[in-house]
Amino acid sequence: MNRAETLTLSSKKSASGAGWRVRSTSAFRSKKDETRYWVLLILFYGVGILAALGLLLYNNPVPVDSPSFIPVVQRRMEAVVAMFVAALCHSFATVAFQTVTGNRIITPSLLGYEALYSAIHTGTIYFFGVTALVNFTGTGAFLFKVALMIVLSLVLYGWLLAGKYGNLHLMLLVGIIIGAGLNSVSGFMRRMLAPSEFDLLQARLIGSVNNAETEYFPVAIPIVLVTVALLLLHSRQLNVISLGRDVATAFGVKYRGGIIYSLILIALLMSISTSLIGPLTFFGFLVAQLSYQAASTFDHRYIFPMAFGIGFCILTSAYFLLYHVFDAHTVVSVLIELFGGLAFLIVLLRKRSL
Amino acid sequence: MPKNLAAEVGMNAQPQLSAHKNKKIWTVPFILAILVVIILGVISLFTGVYDIWGQEDGWEMFFITRIPRTVALMLTGAAMAMTGLIMQIMSQNKMVEPTTIGTTEWAGLGLLAVYLLIPGPTLVMRMTGAILFSFVGTMIFFMFLRRVRLRSSLIVPIMGMMLGAVISALSTFVALFFNMSQVVENWFIGSFAPVQVGRYEYLWIIVVVTVLIFLYANRLTLAGLGEDIATTLGVNYQRLIFLANTLVAIVVGVVAAVIGNIPFLGLIVPNIISMVRGDDLRSNLPWVCVLGMGIITLCDIVARTIIMPYEVPVSLILGTLGAVVFILLLLRQRRSGRLR
Repeated sequence: MNRAETLTLSSKKSASGAGWRVRSTSAFRSKKDETRYWVLLILFYGVGILAALGLLLYNNPVPVDSPSFIPVVQRRMEAVVAMFVAALCHSFATVAFQTVTGNRIITPSLLGYEALYSAIHTGTIYFFGVTALVNFTGTGAFLFKVALMIVLSLVLYGWLLAGKYGNLHLMLLVGIIIGAGLNSVSGFMRRMLAPSEFDLLQARLIGSVNNAETEYFPVAIPIVLVTVALLLLHSRQLNVISLGRDVATAFGVKYRGGIIYSLILIALLMSISTSLIGPLTFFGFLVAQLSYQAASTFDHRYIFPMAFGIGFCILTSAYFLLYHVFDAHTVVSVLIELFGGLAFLIVLLRKRSL
Repeated sequence: MPKNLAAEVGMNAQPQLSAHKNKKIWTVPFILAILVVIILGVISLFTGVYDIWGQEDGWEMFFITRIPRTVALMLTGAAMAMTGLIMQIMSQNKMVEPTTIGTTEWAGLGLLAVYLLIPGPTLVMRMTGAILFSFVGTMIFFMFLRRVRLRSSLIVPIMGMMLGAVISALSTFVALFFNMSQVVENWFIGSFAPVQVGRYEYLWIIVVVTVLIFLYANRLTLAGLGEDIATTLGVNYQRLIFLANTLVAIVVGVVAAVIGNIPFLGLIVPNIISMVRGDDLRSNLPWVCVLGMGIITLCDIVARTIIMPYEVPVSLILGTLGAVVFILLLLRQRRSGRLR
């Protein structure tokens, strides 16, 4: 009897895999998880690149040997680059944001960047007129918008996170409310615009991968790449921060400083993404959830690349399928948002504690 | 059965009831508040571009648009403020109201669904759709609240607003797909401008709901203590949750169909009242109604005068003002350390 028990116990132990018993500092629990991670990673990057190539080359109206082949590809290249930037921004920002807030079902779009973005544009046309809005383009204006959004986040973080009563949830809630209030203000200003002005504004506010403001790419892409690199370098601290304030402090990580540093990087990514291709609320959420499933590790050095791969794969293959297979051009981003929203609902209703 | 229930509640709430006796409703400040609201109502009656004194049919116009508009304002203000209070008591969370948990977005989805299924729907049909959907939405949120263990009370509005965003993404998708973005856009901006005789009468349903809420006030207060305590005190918790959600859904649905989206009123009014008077549903209810009426009437007067001879939808004024007040409330609670 006794022997049988020890036998089953030991067999259970060995069945649960070597990773459980052997103490290691590896990011994965077992060899199997690690293999799975790399297979999935290669798969997502592969599908993403294939779909991107498909978007570039498939169904090109002019033959390959024609001189206008390259310009067509270049035009399509812009959309693919926009997808690349969007995937990079949203995947990194959302994963880092969820770690920093210790909550896996919120996204940084909550902080009201979109509302601020549309408020900036509406305010420009409302206070300074149409000519101001038309002239409000170029690198300077782009940097100005990004800077304004970052200033807002800094004010928000510095004011609500620092100090004795610093409270992360309070900051989030205030961010949401500021967003709602700004939406009301810009709705108010939009009401007073002449129809022609309104049309102009509307065209400016609807952003998508296809009419991304490509003239900003030379400025935006280096900033995004540097920010992403900084986040990657920061991932070891993020690993510790994800353990919570007390543990992180005990491990000698500056908790609040680390959080504010990450939030600034997140703000940078989100504001660039918003001013390049417009708002996407649930895309980042979808990507982050899928990447937690695909990468069975808590190490951000591995989660980040996976999240980016999944994001890029989703964007390119969704656009490819809907453009060339289902012939539904207009609804792509809305559809992605819808799937993200549904994923959010499912995750929310299955949660036990928050 | 209900009689039995009421008797038991009455018995158990005896100590509280005796405390009630001291809390008279008709105090001097309350009468003053009512006077202020009446004055606001009179101002609202005489605000407008149409010259009711000079024009020949001025008084006819007065009865066609001015009186309905003021009545609609009063009813909506009281109703939205009350739903906020009920929801806050039932969920034991001060940040809950139709805007912050997505009920309004559900109502919008309901309206859209009716437009899709029935071509040229009547107001009753639209209202039914909005009521049904907001009921489902509120129930889903309460179900979620009961299942989940919360680490912070602030999580609730954050989740609720994300839920609302999901629902409005769904509405956007449906609207884009069937070419009905205009309906959504028009609905989302609540305005009292189209209110006139024949278009607002369904708002009187709110009076019935108000009476019901007053009748059930004590039991709802008990239910607000949580399932265990409420059951111990002899209240059928499940039934009360159902009842409260039905009442909330009716109010939100009717207002959504007749007026549109009225943001934040249900949040700021009960919070201001509870800061001043504490948390007793029954004696707070009249105050909440009166303050709700006052605030929305004031906002509507501002909305009508700010760009005379045109007007701005009241929801934009309320949204801006509400956001500011909400943030101030949050910061005040933070300073007093009550926020956890």
